[in-house]
Amino acid sequence: MKKKSIGRRILEGNFLYTVIAIVIGFLIGAVFLEIAHISPAVAYGKLASSIFGKPKYWFYTLTYAEPIILTGLSVAFSFRTGIFNIGAEGQYVVGALTATVLGIMLDVPAAIHIPICLLGAAAAGFLWSYIVGLMKVKRGIHEVISFIMFNWLAFYLSNYVVNLKVIHKEGGGEASKDILPSASILFPQSVRTATGCTAFNWGIVLAIGLAILLWVIIERTTLGYRLKAVGFNRSAAKAAGINADRSVLQALGISGAMAGLGGAVQILGMGGRLAQYATQEGFGFEGITVALIGASSPIGCIISGIFYGAMKYGGSKLTMVKAPAEIVDIIMGCVIIVIGISQVFKRLFLGLASKKRAAA
Amino acid sequence: MDHTSHIDENTVVIQMKDIVKKFGDFTANDHINLTVHKGEVHAILGENGAGKSTLMNVLYGLYKPTSGQIFIDGQEVHLNGPRHAIELGVGMVHQHFMLIQPFTVTDNIILGVEPTRGIVVDEKTARKRVIELSERYGMKVDPDAKIQDISVGMQQRVEILKVLYRGAKTLILDEPTASLTPQEIDELMEIIRNLTGDGKSVILITHKLKEIKACSDYCTIIRQGKYIDTVKVSDVSESQLASMMVGRNVSFTVDKPDKEPGKEVLEVKDLRAKDYRGAEILKGLDLHVRAGEIVGLAGVDGNGQTELVEILTGLKKAESGTITMEGKDVFNRTPKELFDAGISCIPADRQKNGLILDFAVEDNLILQHYNEEPYAKHDILQRGVIRRHATELEERFDIRPRHTEAHPAGTLSGGNQQKVIIAREVTNDKELLIAFNPTRGLDVGAIEFVHKYLVEQRNKGRAVLLVSFELDEIIDLSDRIDVIFDGKIQGEIAGRDADEKELGFMMAGGAKQ
Repeated sequence: MKKKSIGRRILEGNFLYTVIAIVIGFLIGAVFLEIAHISPAVAYGKLASSIFGKPKYWFYTLTYAEPIILTGLSVAFSFRTGIFNIGAEGQYVVGALTATVLGIMLDVPAAIHIPICLLGAAAAGFLWSYIVGLMKVKRGIHEVISFIMFNWLAFYLSNYVVNLKVIHKEGGGEASKDILPSASILFPQSVRTATGCTAFNWGIVLAIGLAILLWVIIERTTLGYRLKAVGFNRSAAKAAGINADRSVLQALGISGAMAGLGGAVQILGMGGRLAQYATQEGFGFEGITVALIGASSPIGCIISGIFYGAMKYGGSKLTMVKAPAEIVDIIMGCVIIVIGISQVFKRLFLGLASKKRAAA
Repeated sequence: MDHTSHIDENTVVIQMKDIVKKFGDFTANDHINLTVHKGEVHAILGENGAGKSTLMNVLYGLYKPTSGQIFIDGQEVHLNGPRHAIELGVGMVHQHFMLIQPFTVTDNIILGVEPTRGIVVDEKTARKRVIELSERYGMKVDPDAKIQDISVGMQQRVEILKVLYRGAKTLILDEPTASLTPQEIDELMEIIRNLTGDGKSVILITHKLKEIKACSDYCTIIRQGKYIDTVKVSDVSESQLASMMVGRNVSFTVDKPDKEPGKEVLEVKDLRAKDYRGAEILKGLDLHVRAGEIVGLAGVDGNGQTELVEILTGLKKAESGTITMEGKDVFNRTPKELFDAGISCIPADRQKNGLILDFAVEDNLILQHYNEEPYAKHDILQRGVIRRHATELEERFDIRPRHTEAHPAGTLSGGNQQKVIIAREVTNDKELLIAFNPTRGLDVGAIEFVHKYLVEQRNKGRAVLLVSFELDEIIDLSDRIDVIFDGKIQGEIAGRDADEKELGFMMAGGAKQ
């Protein structure tokens, strides 16, 4: 086979179309801003300066990206193994809850406390997803339905536990007690002062490390081979002697564990405590966006997670120019829709490219 | 089958001159010529992917040719879509039918060109016209039946009527016999004769030589996009046609030395099983296959073959009976246990059960061994070893195009997908190889290839169970033929004594004579 030119490779890859989708997303967002009589130039200028203006903003962006990189990994992993984990939200919540409870109740040195909290959260997310898998495998219940129900189960379970006497903070409004310092994954004070980001924590290292680990699992291990085989073609995998049910359960479990860890880093890092939810937190659903923009690749999720983190962080300051922060949601929504139809652009561009060559 | 020709050599209806069609760098049609007369049956012969369908899509207005001319009734035309082609009298019946399942036969035929009274469809006139047309060409159809309730053969008639209803004078039939039973094929041949008798012309896209001999006047051969020749069918033999199509000599007779079969490998006794609706489908089946022999299981689809193969490969559980492999009990085991016990299988549906189309070719080649050395060490896939393994098999089994190890299996042609499966299962080298319709949808070259490897396995002393709906294939390859009917073995015939008529009789439930 001929070596492909760089131009051709760009045209055949996904990256170009993702960038186009993002640009179109911003353009549509501008239309809405215009309708609301807000200058897009001012709003986008504020957005950009809130992200790039000072180095400390970069670190905040990374901090904002942590949980959604992890829920993004969760959803991306499920996509790669042929399932749609729309339950990352619930797994995130049980992960956050478990990390909170363990962070408050256990009094052990940090070297033990942090791993226990992380492992507990991962196990909770794993289990929350695994039960849905069991219902699918044993009883044929469609996972999307059970996932959505489990999201609400997690939501109410969390609010119930937060209000238990041992967890609830006396006079502390609607939140839990603070986790013990030994469970905190914040970077040392010196680092946080130097970066200017008071919430900067180890979560980003964990997220990137896990993304690389998942990439290795998917691309290089027999486990990834098996899970993908079942995801792509269950019958052929079964005929080849692969235990399909077991693979589905493992895939769902791993996916759930990622989302659970997303909850843990949010609590042990940025949050420090768990607040009662008024509505669903949304980190799990944002994971779907991250996975889609990242083309379901773990490494892509790091990049798209940071992008979304930047948008969220920058968007939170839009109210200063009287623009609603929700404009970020509109932009991200449009990006997803355009990515959904990006195959149209791909075909168009490839067609134009081959025509040009035929003419030459 | 005798062939009555209705050809009128003085009237040319279709002429395609120097047609070139390029897709990017790829030339699908490279200066192809085609002339069709009134009342002629013109076959277009070529291997899978030779460019037959592309040429017809050009004639039907679906593709614009890169260069070349098309004449219809002597006038040069520039087709700008199927609607235009139909207006000019060219109609096409696609291999995959385009019918609306819950609609009636009449509704499907008139769709888009409904006779109307005011703003309502004139059902009565429509129905009458459909009946007229079907009687004129001897195509029995029930105008009021719903498509979902009628057989595949009937659906094809509806497609043909649809084209005739729109006034077609030339009908393109794309692989029309691919999904028909032998009897339906005979009926189709009759319909084609009626059409040409009425002055219609038929272009037949096929790779089945028998059918070309049975009903065509002329045959144009295309190979790898290039025009090879147009021949008068009565002047050439089947094997001449085959070698023109493939570009080398093709042997139809399988070279199979005499061989004494060895020890018993597979023994099935009194096997009973239910189908997915819970009705008994296997009703006490007995079967045995010995080392070094090919046992052919002949039978009409639906007599329990699918269930038998599923049970032998672990995809289905039987109700009762015994199954042993080399004396060991393997009744109702998992696919993995059966594979380890020595059963490998070329499945009937290669895209469903044989391949993971989204997986690279190299990954498909290790489907049963992905977690074993040398392909994996400590659960890490050894990419280099896997690639070398694929390159080697690609060469040995002539998987084309080359260097597609890393491409998804779904990008290969059907014949090459089958080669990937054959490569994998033959190199598994298990005691028993089950081949279920291993040549379905393949062209002559690929069929020859598959047969060669089945016989090679037998010669190496492996047991081969060939389950096929193609009687010719069973007769050519088998040392013993078992006929399955209604979930039981109806009788057995030695391969060398096999007689098509007697087998056909037994397949329909008759006792051995």
